[in-house]
Amino acid sequence: MASTSDNGFRTRLGRVRGLGSAKSGGAHWLAYRMVAALLTPLTVWFLVSVVRLAKAEHADAIAWLHQPVHAVLLLVTLIATFHHAAYGMREVYEDYIHGKLARLVAIGLTNGAAILLAAASVFAVLKIAFGA
Amino acid sequence: MSETSVAKKARPLSPHLQVYRLPLPAVSSITHRFTGIALAVGTLVLTWWLVAAASGPDDFDTAQRVLGSPIGLLCLLGWTWAFGYHLLKGIQHLIWDAGVGVNTASAQRNSALVFGASFVLTAIVWIAAFAL
Repeated sequence: MASTSDNGFRTRLGRVRGLGSAKSGGAHWLAYRMVAALLTPLTVWFLVSVVRLAKAEHADAIAWLHQPVHAVLLLVTLIATFHHAAYGMREVYEDYIHGKLARLVAIGLTNGAAILLAAASVFAVLKIAFGA
Repeated sequence: MSETSVAKKARPLSPHLQVYRLPLPAVSSITHRFTGIALAVGTLVLTWWLVAAASGPDDFDTAQRVLGSPIGLLCLLGWTWAFGYHLLKGIQHLIWDAGVGVNTASAQRNSALVFGASFVLTAIVWIAAFAL
């Protein structure tokens, strides 16, 4: 298979570039892992924070989010979480939904929902952080 | 096998999920996916909680009351376990992606470890949440 029309002048990378079935899949794959790795420490921090806020009154939650470090970390956690969730759901759809249109609709709706929820939660955090 | 026409229509697939007893790593793998889906749905609750906090004490108290109700607590308990499981299994996947420990013995051992640790983590979080 490697010998077919291989005149020896093209590098192996040059021959396969742009021809792979995954096309830009490599970059997506890596981005998904990078975000997952980023989420590892963030979610541990988030879990500890949730425990500390478990019995919080409104004023406690507001005071907590008024601290810039908490607000910034939560914003990063939220954006990474929604990216990770949308991408993860996409992988599930690609594995189990075989109809092309149904798969496209499922992915589209999930991405739309993720963007909407991300925007709403980020807005809520910013509103509190900037003193609502 | 005299009924060839029937055999032609429905040829056995392997591994056939109805008769195939899933090994522990397979159970662990599909659990990772299920917890991921559950956590994706859970982002709705997280967004709702943040928006409630931003909208004021009344809405926040409602959210806290719903989450603190028996059904709310049960959902949060399930969420905590799903969270812990997905986090731990996710770390294992990142290690696998780095090319480390990709063999049957390691998969068997780590699957048991992830299951065990996820329950321990859930217990720690809930004891901490009620003690603090």
